[in-house]
Amino acid sequence: MSSWDIAITIGAVVLGTMATRFTPFLIFSKTSKPPAIITYLGAVLPAAVMGLLVVYSLKDVTLWTYPHGLPELLAILALVVIHLVKRNMLLSIATGTIVYMLLIQQVFIK
Amino acid sequence: MKSDECNNGREKIKETESVKENVQDNVNNSVKNNVKNNVKNNGKGWEAFRYAFPLTVPICASFLFLGISYGLYAVGQGLPWYLPFLMSATIFAGSMEFVTVALLAAPFDPLGAFVLAFMVNGRHIFYGLTMLTRYGPLDWKKYPLIYGMCDETFAINATINLPSQIDKGWFYLHVTWLNYLYWVGGVALGAVGSHFLTFDMKGIEFILTALFAVIFLDMLLTAKKYQSGLIGLAVALSMLYVLGPNLFILPAMLVMVLIFCGLFWWDSKDRRESEL
Repeated sequence: MSSWDIAITIGAVVLGTMATRFTPFLIFSKTSKPPAIITYLGAVLPAAVMGLLVVYSLKDVTLWTYPHGLPELLAILALVVIHLVKRNMLLSIATGTIVYMLLIQQVFIK
Repeated sequence: MKSDECNNGREKIKETESVKENVQDNVNNSVKNNVKNNVKNNGKGWEAFRYAFPLTVPICASFLFLGISYGLYAVGQGLPWYLPFLMSATIFAGSMEFVTVALLAAPFDPLGAFVLAFMVNGRHIFYGLTMLTRYGPLDWKKYPLIYGMCDETFAINATINLPSQIDKGWFYLHVTWLNYLYWVGGVALGAVGSHFLTFDMKGIEFILTALFAVIFLDMLLTAKKYQSGLIGLAVALSMLYVLGPNLFILPAMLVMVLIFCGLFWWDSKDRRESEL
């Protein structure tokens, strides 16, 4: 590819990405108050999408082959327990991540 | 001893002076009000920053790591160091940046690149719908906020429950630019320093899962969003089961929105009937 082709390709990717981010705001910017259904979606979607993102970040875990998702499961269990006890987000994230790293580096070695 | 007494005396004098200053302050209050308002605005930004920064620390760790990986990968694919840096700063959508490296090696097809980017990042449309009421009313800040709305920034800004004294717009903006900086900085580090980095951080990518899981758990526990949270989880799992890891996310979001629209319609129908 020439430099121009590279620049145009990256530009097209930027446009495609930004279209997904700006479209809702462009559609609803003219009405000063968004319809009630949008306000409702704004209230319920964050928790639902967060559930989706948890699944999304685990989508490539294979349950049928070794280690059967065990490191992920154990790390999340550790995270949930420490979060129920301490209610400290950073501590819970650090615990979950360190448990996971120890498990895949020391215990479930492929 | 004597010098101590002297110091004490001096401090007393200082104290009385500061009392005087306070009195003067009170007298001049009306004059200083304008200045104070300005300081207050700056203070709002600073206070919001101090609230925002700790929440972005886990994202800093994960973005530096992922960004470095991306920089290493892109340079490894034969691109000059400034291209991954440029792409991370303009596209600012992690998975699509990985795909773009492959696009640059393929035959020239800008329309295909546009459509692919739109599909890969389609989930942002739903983030936008969610953030309409939060970002929409803001001043100039909404443009950088919408531009920089990646998964992780959305995760924080959509779920945060801010105390009333924290300025929302500034908080959102601080989270957004900090995360942007971590990502672009990580990519630059990886691209430039690809020869120097050799450490075993295997498994650090789990920090993203941990981040999402903790936010999700916290929403269930504190915001009592059981219904919507569990609907999201159930829909995501079933769509993953049916469609597989590469296709499920957009359909899952569509199904979710349809379910919530149905619930909204049902609720308002009930209300209409009870009003009659």
